[in-house]
Amino acid sequence: MMVKDILLGKTLEELIQIAADLKLPKFTAKQIADWLYKKDITSIDEMSNLSIKARTALNEKFDIGIIASTKVQESVDGTKKYLYPTNLAHKFIETAYIPDKKRNTLCVSSQVGCKMGCLFCMTGKQGFQGQLSSGEIINQIRSLPERENLTNIVYMGMGEPLDNVPELMKSLEILTSDYGMAMSPRRITVSTIGIIPGMIEFLNHSECHLAVSLHTPFEDERKRLMPVQNVYPIKDVLQIIRDFDFGLQRRISFEYIMFKGINDTPAHVKELCKILDGIKCRINLIRFHPIPDTPLDGSDDATMENFKEQLTKKGITTTIRKSRGLDIFAACGLLSTKELVKRQEEDF
Amino acid sequence: MESQTEQKNKLSTTIVLENKAIAPGVFVLKYKRVKNFTAGQYIGLTTDLSVTPRLYTIASGENDEIVQVLYNLKDDGWLTPRLSEIKPGSELYVTNPDGDFIDDKSPAWWIASGTGIAPYSAMLRSGLHKNKTLIHGGRYKHSFYFENEFIPVLKDNYIRCCSQDKGEGLYHGRLTRYLQDVENLPSDCRYYLCGSPEMVVEVRDLLIKRGVEYQRIVAEIYF
Repeated sequence: MMVKDILLGKTLEELIQIAADLKLPKFTAKQIADWLYKKDITSIDEMSNLSIKARTALNEKFDIGIIASTKVQESVDGTKKYLYPTNLAHKFIETAYIPDKKRNTLCVSSQVGCKMGCLFCMTGKQGFQGQLSSGEIINQIRSLPERENLTNIVYMGMGEPLDNVPELMKSLEILTSDYGMAMSPRRITVSTIGIIPGMIEFLNHSECHLAVSLHTPFEDERKRLMPVQNVYPIKDVLQIIRDFDFGLQRRISFEYIMFKGINDTPAHVKELCKILDGIKCRINLIRFHPIPDTPLDGSDDATMENFKEQLTKKGITTTIRKSRGLDIFAACGLLSTKELVKRQEEDF
Repeated sequence: MESQTEQKNKLSTTIVLENKAIAPGVFVLKYKRVKNFTAGQYIGLTTDLSVTPRLYTIASGENDEIVQVLYNLKDDGWLTPRLSEIKPGSELYVTNPDGDFIDDKSPAWWIASGTGIAPYSAMLRSGLHKNKTLIHGGRYKHSFYFENEFIPVLKDNYIRCCSQDKGEGLYHGRLTRYLQDVENLPSDCRYYLCGSPEMVVEVRDLLIKRGVEYQRIVAEIYF
């Protein structure tokens, strides 16, 4: 049986090529993009301004790729966690919808599992299952029941977005283009642990905000928390950021999960100020909610407040991120790990 | 002036000297050394200047004139299908060596799966072997790359954990089982882990559960 390609996630350029291949008028591509990204349909047959011939031709070779979530958990604070199936059998991804007073944020996944193996991350415990296509990334937004209310998108779900650059960049184009979802790039943040080649491409070819997972300013300490430090040291990541012109609107922020007795000392404040010198940025302090078998504990509230105050005094804009969805384990990876069917074949 | 980053990413041209399969789907590529390196460091390789180099740990010793790179053929990858076809005499583009997965003379356990053995090969060939224990996990008898170099030097401190085949000198089972069963995991040495994300995360969790401080674990993940 022929495996059909997926329409969702195609850029306008790709849709133009599809129209040409199917011998359809060029304007059909724009019509398809409208249906995929601006309207609320779930099948090719509903693309009512396309000729029957066009719909038949599309149906022969393509699936629309809009897939509803298979599970949702709702927190008492309104946070919802959706579980989506992927093209990989028995593999799932998570998407968290986080409503707030004026800001409704969706946290999307970019990979199934993750290769990066950070010590504090649940997703890493799944290992790496596969890359998400741009269609699977876009589907998390397109299939969201609350999508009309969305104000912000953050690529902070499962996976390392900059380890999946081609699909990430396609999804960003679709989200921000007039033919696509026409979102402002200033409402989209891509988070990375600092994959340098991907970061350079992202900075040069997108206008979205960048968030870098820092977690400690000390290189040796960072190596123990984040193996990527052995390959792409944070000093190199910061040098690229320092050399890049972010302009007036584009924002760089640093994510900093606070671990009790590990990275929450005055020496860390001092070193943070030193390494971030010359970078106009914000630091987001994040509470650590322990995952199974972790040797790490989260810093207490007073320590976090004090850390924030010390950084603020030194002139670095610092915020403490509100913890959301604690009762449904909204931290990425927890839900899908439960659902993961253990791989049959062992390699080591 | 050239920035530090540009300097690091600068590509040099080199000539392939040899490119040979040493096991099904596993190759060793050799080229003349362009820059000095420290054992445990990686280089980026590409056959096309417009394509971002892929990273591979150097398997040679620091004083070797020939650089060896151990790689797995990934059918769905961009570079390795091309690399596997490359002939001696062909041009190859390499980045400067970089990376911080580096050991010293202090006691350490080196743990690897598959081609994650490469940095330990570089370390051994650079003279590091005293106080080292190497545990290598692989599926088949032929998965223990460079074993002929490790066996005479490391002797009983070289453990090959083979999950599928049985054979003389092999521990039959996964390396995680070996680490689970082994008595007396030393608490005063460092543990180096190199290989797939799954292996690194599973072994790290296991070591921590068995009482190893996470600060003693240094990991390098292939991605």
